[in-house]
Amino acid sequence: MDFRKIVSHVLTVVLTTALFLPFAASASEDGHEGHAHGEKEPFVAGEYIIHHIADAHSIHLWGDEADGVHPVSIPLPIILWTENGLTVFSSGQFHHDDEGKHVVESNGQRFVNFHEKILYATSSPDAHGVYANIDAETHKPVGAQPMDFSITKSVFGMLMIMFIMILVFRAVAKGYKKNAGKAPTGIQNALEPLILFIRDEVAIPSLGAKKADKFLPFLLTVFFFIWLCNILGLVPFLGGFNITGTLGVTMVLAAFVFIITTINANKHYWMHILWPPGVPIPIKFILIPIELVGILLKPLVLMIRLTANISAGHIVILAFVSLIIMFGQQSTGLGMGIGVGAVAFMVFMFFLELLVAFLQAYVFTLLAALYFGDATQDAHH
Amino acid sequence: MDALLSPALGTIVWASIAFIIVLLLLRKMAWGPILQGLKDREESIAGSLNEAEKARQEIANLKADNEQLLQEARNERDAILKEAREMKESVIADAKTRAKEEADKIVTAAREEVVNEKNAALAELKTHVAALSLDIAEKILRSNLSSDEKQSELVGKLLEETDLN
Repeated sequence: MDFRKIVSHVLTVVLTTALFLPFAASASEDGHEGHAHGEKEPFVAGEYIIHHIADAHSIHLWGDEADGVHPVSIPLPIILWTENGLTVFSSGQFHHDDEGKHVVESNGQRFVNFHEKILYATSSPDAHGVYANIDAETHKPVGAQPMDFSITKSVFGMLMIMFIMILVFRAVAKGYKKNAGKAPTGIQNALEPLILFIRDEVAIPSLGAKKADKFLPFLLTVFFFIWLCNILGLVPFLGGFNITGTLGVTMVLAAFVFIITTINANKHYWMHILWPPGVPIPIKFILIPIELVGILLKPLVLMIRLTANISAGHIVILAFVSLIIMFGQQSTGLGMGIGVGAVAFMVFMFFLELLVAFLQAYVFTLLAALYFGDATQDAHH
Repeated sequence: MDALLSPALGTIVWASIAFIIVLLLLRKMAWGPILQGLKDREESIAGSLNEAEKARQEIANLKADNEQLLQEARNERDAILKEAREMKESVIADAKTRAKEEADKIVTAAREEVVNEKNAALAELKTHVAALSLDIAEKILRSNLSSDEKQSELVGKLLEETDLN
């Protein structure tokens, strides 16, 4: 089987999963969580949801020790820059503990995982059995901590998507060499409409045909990266990735937009900011700080919009799951009854999220293109 | 909430490095060839359409040319036919006139000949008559000399003998 076929098979599997995920996800979520929490400490929906959308040091597939189901997760490498230099170990060594109760020794140092923060472990546990210096009031760790460069769930998902992108688009590029001057085939045919969409509907209207070529590689990379990350976040059984809902990732994307805008900005753009034309001089002094803040605000808003939208979608779906669990704690029958309605809503939400996944990628790319266009446009008034 | 709202340093570092690498790799390996391929294909399609349009125009031109050639040929044929007809008519007319002239000439010549012949004959006759007259006169004179009877006899005999031709 040649390379192209493998890629097309992988894509087919991913896309079909994405299409059917509403049913799969809802089935799995209420299936194993619904009754399990019954006799445990009261279920707190907020904590449950945040735990599921926050970044983690392993990819949790299923199971919870507290429910009596042995948890299964894919361990990821933990990379720390400590006082003694670099240390690397597997997150599997924490044995699914994220409450700071299981100490791992590496490179002569001791660490604990406290709510997905890797901390220096204390020699003895505190009153709650936690081996870390935790402030009793704020529940936050105190003192010096190692710098965490771990391949977390989001980083792993991001690298996976990037790897897929390189494979897929290399295949697409080969298609253009093979079918030069002819009709596109296979994966090239599948992705060409999107590439053309970004070029003809996003880049060229915002930047003009001449300048579009310069920024298109960035715009295309950003669009497909965000879109695929968004879709990966909707695939069930894969650990619930929330890559584009991770502030670190969107911050980097927004920072690139900011850097590219600033580097390519022409005199006309800076003049508009530093000496806004067409207003009286006293007003200029009010406008200048506003414009300067605006430079930073634009990418900041890009970052927040993407993170918030994607996280919000996950939160809504998880809220329905929580609803089932909460009612299931009252009685199994009530949970099942509520489950029917909640599942229907989740199916709807998943379809909506598929749309949002595309829409947010489009919006981010379009706004980036508009900012680039704004920074490079010629004076014309 | 804290985990959601504070960007992790590790994530930022990895995302930055990975994104730059992917951006550069894709730009070189994928976007460059893809965008170039798209552009080339669009240009070739536009070119083909242009060429087709041109070819169609050419065919139309050719058709018009053919039509014109045909028309010219037709006109020429008509002109030639007309000329031929005219020539035929003029030749016939010419021939007629010339024949008429010839005939006239012949007739005139014949008439002149006849007149000449007649004049010549008359002249000869006159000479003959003169000679005869002289002869007769001589003979009359000679007979008269013998007797009157004989003279008149002679005249009558001579007249009888005389062929007026």
